[in-house]
Amino acid sequence: MSVVFDRPKALSPVSTHYCPGCTHGIIHRLVAEVLDELDLTGRTVGVAPVGCSVMAYNYFECDMTEAAHGRAPAQATGLKRANPDSIVFTYQGDGDLAAIGTAETVHAATRGENITIIFVNNAIYGMTGGQMAPTTLPNQVTQTTPYGRDVKVAGHPVRVCEMLSTLDGVAYAERVSMDTVPHINAAKKAIKKAFQYQVEGKGFTIVEVLSTCPTNWGLSPVKALGWLQENMIPHYPLGVYKDIGAEVQK
Amino acid sequence: MNHEILFAGFGGQGILFAGKVLVYAGMLEGRQVSWLPSYGPEMRGGTANCSVIISDDPIGSPIINDPAILVAMNLPSLDKFEDLIQKDGYAFIDSTLITRKVERNDVKTFYIPATQMAQDNGMKGLANMIMLGKVIRELGVMDMESIKKGLVKVIPERKKDMLEVNLKAVQMGYDF
Amino acid sequence: MADKVLMKGNEALAEAAMCAGCRHFFGYPITPQTEISAYLSKHMPKVGGTFLQAESEVAAINMVLGAAAAGVRVMTSSSSPGISLKSEGISYIAGCDLPAVIVNVQRGGPGLGGIQPSQADYYQATRGLGHGDFHMIVLAPSTVQEVIDLTFEAFDLADLYRMPVLMLSDGILGQMMEPASFPEGTGRTLPEKDWAVTGTQGKRKKNIVNSLYLQPDELERKVMERYERYDAIKKTEQKCERFMMDDAEYVVVAYGASARVAKNAIVAARAEGMKVGMIRPITLWPFPVDAIREATEQAKAFLTVELSMGQMIDDVRLACECKKPVHLCNRTGGMIVKPQEVLAKLKEISGGAK
Repeated sequence: MSVVFDRPKALSPVSTHYCPGCTHGIIHRLVAEVLDELDLTGRTVGVAPVGCSVMAYNYFECDMTEAAHGRAPAQATGLKRANPDSIVFTYQGDGDLAAIGTAETVHAATRGENITIIFVNNAIYGMTGGQMAPTTLPNQVTQTTPYGRDVKVAGHPVRVCEMLSTLDGVAYAERVSMDTVPHINAAKKAIKKAFQYQVEGKGFTIVEVLSTCPTNWGLSPVKALGWLQENMIPHYPLGVYKDIGAEVQK
Repeated sequence: MNHEILFAGFGGQGILFAGKVLVYAGMLEGRQVSWLPSYGPEMRGGTANCSVIISDDPIGSPIINDPAILVAMNLPSLDKFEDLIQKDGYAFIDSTLITRKVERNDVKTFYIPATQMAQDNGMKGLANMIMLGKVIRELGVMDMESIKKGLVKVIPERKKDMLEVNLKAVQMGYDF
Repeated sequence: MADKVLMKGNEALAEAAMCAGCRHFFGYPITPQTEISAYLSKHMPKVGGTFLQAESEVAAINMVLGAAAAGVRVMTSSSSPGISLKSEGISYIAGCDLPAVIVNVQRGGPGLGGIQPSQADYYQATRGLGHGDFHMIVLAPSTVQEVIDLTFEAFDLADLYRMPVLMLSDGILGQMMEPASFPEGTGRTLPEKDWAVTGTQGKRKKNIVNSLYLQPDELERKVMERYERYDAIKKTEQKCERFMMDDAEYVVVAYGASARVAKNAIVAARAEGMKVGMIRPITLWPFPVDAIREATEQAKAFLTVELSMGQMIDDVRLACECKKPVHLCNRTGGMIVKPQEVLAKLKEISGGAK
């Protein structure tokens, strides 16, 4: 009998704490598959954020650290500068990366820090119970925007890939989504390219993954995927925002 | 002997440099020395001073609150520190830039037109060394040979050709 | 011991860090620690080291955490307001049991305060530089030579006990020059960093550097283990200088720059026949409790000399168990105590010159 489906070696043989229907599990798996395929696990140090994926250090088989809220890119900078041969990635949510950690993110990017960021954007704070995120959509209802996000009061959502793509230090920035199988396949390609670029020393790479939060959105997992498609993708268009490899080919 | 010297003037007059030359010379003589600059938010043109202590005993505080010896290279410095000079202390005044006289009569005062002398002799910017020469002469802090060794240490490699003119300036102050 | 050189305290600290094997520095500009960053930015690249000016103090300390996690000797330096910003990262470093050296060249506070020398961060340094149950070793040099020696010591102690070590300096020590020389090294044997996250290379189980423990019993156990280490440190690492203590009836307690001022006053007091000595704490945590306790028998009174509203005085009171009066001679806000003021205070508490 041949094995047709197996756990990637870079993924630890434990069950995760994520809610049913959450797409973190898929994204973890994609990262792990890429580490396996590029044979990077033994060289890799991952940095877990504060947020739902705070315990990601338990789920990957590579060396791991756990950063303070928003500081993962700074910690990753220290890890990479101290040990340039290592492959360093951070795994961060929207609050972590685009609110409290904006400075660390922008400056790691503009320095061209040779690290990879997996940025999971589900437009809400999950772990703390569904508050407004920097990426919460206009009029979206959350615990702290009970009447919908009023941009006059709470400001506008941040488009991270668009913003970072203006920076010279960024080698690669792509936005992908977890809503359909083709999109998930595209996400894996993007994550693989990001790690590949890091191996080649090209600079800062980020893959923004549009993701769901059925629990805090108050939707079933399937309906949540539909909500992502109908609301998030129009506001956060998928695609490559920067790719220095492609620019060279032009 | 214990010498507590406060060098004071404008930023850019080489106040800190003069102090450095003296402490290096003192260190090379095997004496206890300390050097402490004032610092503030202004980078250019503000007042600058440094406390220099050369002693045969271990040095406690490097701060000179009331100097035994004041080297004043501008009027604000004299105005600020004149009252603080110890009784029977010394004041060395750059009389090109400070036109008034020292009012204290319990302080031994030397007037040296150092800035003018530097200008007249093509030593622009070396009034500080002229003042230093006068100080070591009057107080017997140390001899010229030590000062020379100090200068060799303090003048950076890329400005090595400045050594001779610096020495000349010290000598000019010494002979004044 | 190499030849003596004249260096500013800040530059001496930077050079000592490099001599001690530190090749990674992350910082953010602030007065009056500037010379440390400037020196390292010039010299680190020459030896293949990292000097990185971060976007903030917060980022810098987290870069320190990352590099420490990778097992290298790493340092950051700042001054009071910047240290407050670093407190988050310092707490995480302590919670992750990582070695790192943090330098605080103190200035006056609170708030933006001033830029002149101060010792007003004593509480912050010794009580809680960050949230949670933890300590850091706090070293307080008083001469440029000691700045150098304690910098070597700081890296060793950090590695030995896997904890952050704070060098508590001030604007005077940082800016002043006096002769000093650099030792070859400490010769200490230090434990292997087998906990570092440098990649498993497929040869060992993964390492995790983490301060999160969601089970309270587990967190309690971790904290208690750490405190056992702290107890051992309290027993073995207390350090102080005793100055003219043999027959001293009045005991000055002062550290750092204010101890230098106090020395002048003590010499003057002795010249007037007063029996005065000084205990100068070199480690502020662990505080030299044993030395104070021992002196309590002979002392008629203690006098702390501080560039703050009186912070270390609490530790002296605790150490002598309030058996003898503890007085304070202080200035703050960047003002420096004068030897005459200390002398006057000594006369006051001893009931006049003997």
